[in-house]
Amino acid sequence: MTEEIIIAGFGGQGVLSMGKILAYSGIMQNKEVSWMPSYGPEMRGGTANVTVIVSDERISSPVLNKYDTAIILNQQSMDKFECSVKAGGYLIYDGNGITRHPDRKDINIYRIDAADEASKMGMTKVFNMLVLGGYLKLKPIVSGEFIHKGLEKSLPKRHHGMIPENEKAVEIGKDLIYPIHVL
Amino acid sequence: MKELRLMKGNEAIAEAAIRAGADGYFGYPITPQSEILEYLMAEKPYETTGMVVLQAESEVAAINMVYGGASCGKKCWTSSSSPGISLKQEGISYMAGSELPGIIVNVVRGGPGLGTIQPSQADYFQATKGGGHGDYRLLVLAPASVQEMADFIPLGFDLAFKYRNPVMILTDGVIGQMMEKVELPEFTPRWTEEEIVKMSGDWATTGKTPDRERNIISSLILDSAKQEKHVKKLELKYKAMEADEVRYETFQCEDAEYLLVAFGSTARICQKSVDIARAKGIKVGLLRPITLYPFPTIPIHELASQVKGMLVVEMNLGQMVEDVRLAVNGKVQVEHFGRCGGMIPNPDEIVKNLVSKIIGG
Repeated sequence: MTEEIIIAGFGGQGVLSMGKILAYSGIMQNKEVSWMPSYGPEMRGGTANVTVIVSDERISSPVLNKYDTAIILNQQSMDKFECSVKAGGYLIYDGNGITRHPDRKDINIYRIDAADEASKMGMTKVFNMLVLGGYLKLKPIVSGEFIHKGLEKSLPKRHHGMIPENEKAVEIGKDLIYPIHVL
Repeated sequence: MKELRLMKGNEAIAEAAIRAGADGYFGYPITPQSEILEYLMAEKPYETTGMVVLQAESEVAAINMVYGGASCGKKCWTSSSSPGISLKQEGISYMAGSELPGIIVNVVRGGPGLGTIQPSQADYFQATKGGGHGDYRLLVLAPASVQEMADFIPLGFDLAFKYRNPVMILTDGVIGQMMEKVELPEFTPRWTEEEIVKMSGDWATTGKTPDRERNIISSLILDSAKQEKHVKKLELKYKAMEADEVRYETFQCEDAEYLLVAFGSTARICQKSVDIARAKGIKVGLLRPITLYPFPTIPIHELASQVKGMLVVEMNLGQMVEDVRLAVNGKVQVEHFGRCGGMIPNPDEIVKNLVSKIIGG
């Protein structure tokens, strides 16, 4: 199993930390992982993205131009990465602020309105965990037990009190995701 | 069991230095390697192992602090990125001239000039052919993973003290900024003063004792005959490195008809290109130099008898390709594919260039 993912959105949405939690969970489940962030000028312009690879085998390139799954959280990222999903792959997006919806017919498209739900629930801090939950519903590459361990490893000890809230968000996210176009 | 962590390359290199028993780090912040100094300041090794961590007033100061510490037989190191490494060149040349051990980490960014903060390999010439003035060589290690970032610190110190020569770890923003699983080495205690006297007392300024002459650390030898003798002595070290320290890795070369040659992060990307090309029925392998100096000339020369052509892939306009061509010596076609200015080649375009430049069609 090799899963190549891009997570892309605005800075502050928790894009990088979502990737880190997923990667750490992978390590806890004894998988190979890589996490390659954008750190360049585009980051300083407000957008953020990270390439995460989780695999049973040694990972070759940490830098990719095609992905099994793209998790897209703003319009700029939609414009940039919709075309980078491999044929037959998955595109997951949050509808908030999206003006041009994805229209490819050769990939699976799912939507999750996590931003709306997070603000309704007053849980904006765990927005990214709602999205991660939605992703894991489609691609259960790491199990809940290891997500817990990944959270323990990723979050500094002083924030460990927030782990239950994060785990709850992952569970809620699983129910929020819905198909738009499925092959 | 060894400790497993998810770390950035920059963090791994900093943690590895603490664990390797380094005595001092002297640096100055610059993207994309500032996490090294930040990590060390957060970890405060000066409170545990006693390792000094100091943000110098400039890169020039930092390299000269390494010079000072190394003169006393201490394990010292510094890090920077391209423009900062250029500033350090005078000090690096002085260290080579004075035969001082130490590690210089260059997390390369796009240039020339201030360039960009994005990854690049455009400092290959600077690292392997001199950089500073005079006849000298650095032993240059090129890690291709976060694990190797951690592993090359203890290795680098071993080699630096073995040859009494500065070692450069040449990496880039991809390896520095990415996180991977890393198995951290056990803690090695810092050398005691007695151990330093025992190991390096014949050259280091450890304090004069009545039974020996003063040890003087200097690169100034005004007498030309003596200077030539000194440079010839340095040359013997470089020959010994060329004989004993060449390191490289091959990937699917056994039946290869074509060869990719790449180092560092680009070699990782090329591994994927090998998989893509092989899925299309193209028998291609990869040779990754791990030491850029000494360069794996002989294995590349030998592969030239096996393959029909080579593509050298670099994040620059064509630097290592010159060393590959020298190794191949005209036996087969050697072409270059490079991205520069902070652009990273993707696995597909490497395959495309292999086909268009080497295989034909």
